[in-house]
Amino acid sequence: MRIGRWFSAISVNIIVFIGMLITIVPFVFMLGASFRPEAELFSYPITLYPKVFTLDNYIALFTRTDYVRWYFNTFLTAGLRTLLATFLSAMAGYAFAKFDFFLKRFFFLLVLVTLTLPFHVLLISLFKLVVNLGWTNNYLAIIVPSAVTGFSIFLMRQYILSVPDELLDAARIDGASEMSIFWRVVVPLVRPGLGVVAILSFAATWNDYLWPLIVLSKNEMYLLSIGIATMQGPYEVEYGAIMAGALLSTIPILIIFLAMQRHIIAGLTIGAVRG
Amino acid sequence: MESAQSAVVNVIPPTAAKISWWGRNERKLIPYVFLAPFLIIFLVFTVYPVIDSFIMSLHDIDSLDAGEYIGLDNYIRLVTKDARFGKSLVNATVFGLATVFLQLPLALALALALNSPVLRFRTLARMTFFMPYITSAVVIAMIFRMVFEERYGLLNGMLGSVGIEPIPWLRSADWAMPALILVGLWIWVGSNALFFLAGLQTIPEELKEAARIDGASEWSVFRNITFPLLRPVTIFVITLGIIGSFSLFTQSFLLFNGGSGPRDSVLMPVAYLYERGFNNFKLGYAAAVGYLLTLIVVAVTVVQLLLFRIWGKD
Repeated sequence: MRIGRWFSAISVNIIVFIGMLITIVPFVFMLGASFRPEAELFSYPITLYPKVFTLDNYIALFTRTDYVRWYFNTFLTAGLRTLLATFLSAMAGYAFAKFDFFLKRFFFLLVLVTLTLPFHVLLISLFKLVVNLGWTNNYLAIIVPSAVTGFSIFLMRQYILSVPDELLDAARIDGASEMSIFWRVVVPLVRPGLGVVAILSFAATWNDYLWPLIVLSKNEMYLLSIGIATMQGPYEVEYGAIMAGALLSTIPILIIFLAMQRHIIAGLTIGAVRG
Repeated sequence: MESAQSAVVNVIPPTAAKISWWGRNERKLIPYVFLAPFLIIFLVFTVYPVIDSFIMSLHDIDSLDAGEYIGLDNYIRLVTKDARFGKSLVNATVFGLATVFLQLPLALALALALNSPVLRFRTLARMTFFMPYITSAVVIAMIFRMVFEERYGLLNGMLGSVGIEPIPWLRSADWAMPALILVGLWIWVGSNALFFLAGLQTIPEELKEAARIDGASEWSVFRNITFPLLRPVTIFVITLGIIGSFSLFTQSFLLFNGGSGPRDSVLMPVAYLYERGFNNFKLGYAAAVGYLLTLIVVAVTVVQLLLFRIWGKD
């Protein structure tokens, strides 16, 4: 019995440790590659860490590409889209959770349908629409069209449903206006949900590739994802510089996510666990 | 009261002039105020494009003008004549099957290990397994192009140290799909394990303890209590996996340098849509690819959910 317990304790830890190792090694490789001279990347023996340490890749990244501009573009669009997404989904989620209105069931059904609809079903027409609006190579094309997703509305509705009606009615009896009830009672109570919506929206913009690839063609309008992917061709920079760019682009999102990890998983599985 | 009214004035200027009228109708009108901004964006940028894409798919369009109405011709051509579209569906299906039959068991095993009370460094493990999930697909593709590099790549280097000959991961039609599946495993096993873990933590420990006291083995506790109670999470993970397999684009596209791999071995449906729409500017045809693809995904998901309903009954 005792030996069996020892054995299972050791095997559990080994399984998890091997999994962690496999997960982390490619990141370490990226880190190492960003500090390596190009010649060493393509030489034997293959090592995880650099034998010769150089900052040339980072210098090339900042002097020979528009990396800083891409970083700015990505931060700006991701930030504004996140702001829009949290406001709109909180308000709409509140309407769906706590009020009755004309065609409510129909609109909510629409939200649920788009929840499961893949992006490629509307991609072509959305592209045409954005071209006709004159939004190509414009921040608006990144910020507005996907600002509200069915998922964020659904998530906020779920969170707001758990706010007790008595609380809202008490505020009404005290003479609070509907707007102030929303801002002062509902919003503070559903902060965790807003956090999840904000992070998912920020990450979606930060990591998206297909949509920016279609609507952005000017260099100075590129986002990080497009910039990094196209670096090899026109700039003739070396692979180490791409790794440097990839690494720096990952840091903000990594920090945000690791800090908020528990909330995010709770938010993502809200439908799954409750079934 | 004073402050409440000024809040209304601040937030809704257009109606502020008629406070008394607004005061009388506030309860009735406020849901529309909350709903309107979302609804406008939603109708213009989601509902309209979904409908318009379908209309476009019924036309032969070479540029951005309306094109010529051709009925269901695009769909008929896709189903009967377009071998590359068929190839892309086969590729997505292979990737999807790998997701269900390789990713899920690995993720479940990892989740059970993560849920074990004897595990050390628990928080660090959770954070680590979340990392690939949040890293951008572009970054992942760039890393794995180096990892899979034939002569100087990390993977062949490691395989070489145990005497395995270098594998042409990205250059051979036979190895391209396994390479893509490996990347998929690397990205999603950890995050799916965390979803399973969230499910495992909702199962009351007393339930399992009671079964153990009644003499049930660990395997039968898992088989009869844990696994059935994980059903919602399993459905969630499989559904996401199937939708993800049929929407996969960035990883395959960039891992193979903006292409579809040797002999279209990793041509994915969305990459095909992109090629048709934005390289050949056949927007109508591309819209048809998008619609047909969505129909297939919906059909597969419905079948899968029905299978789960049958599983739930016995």
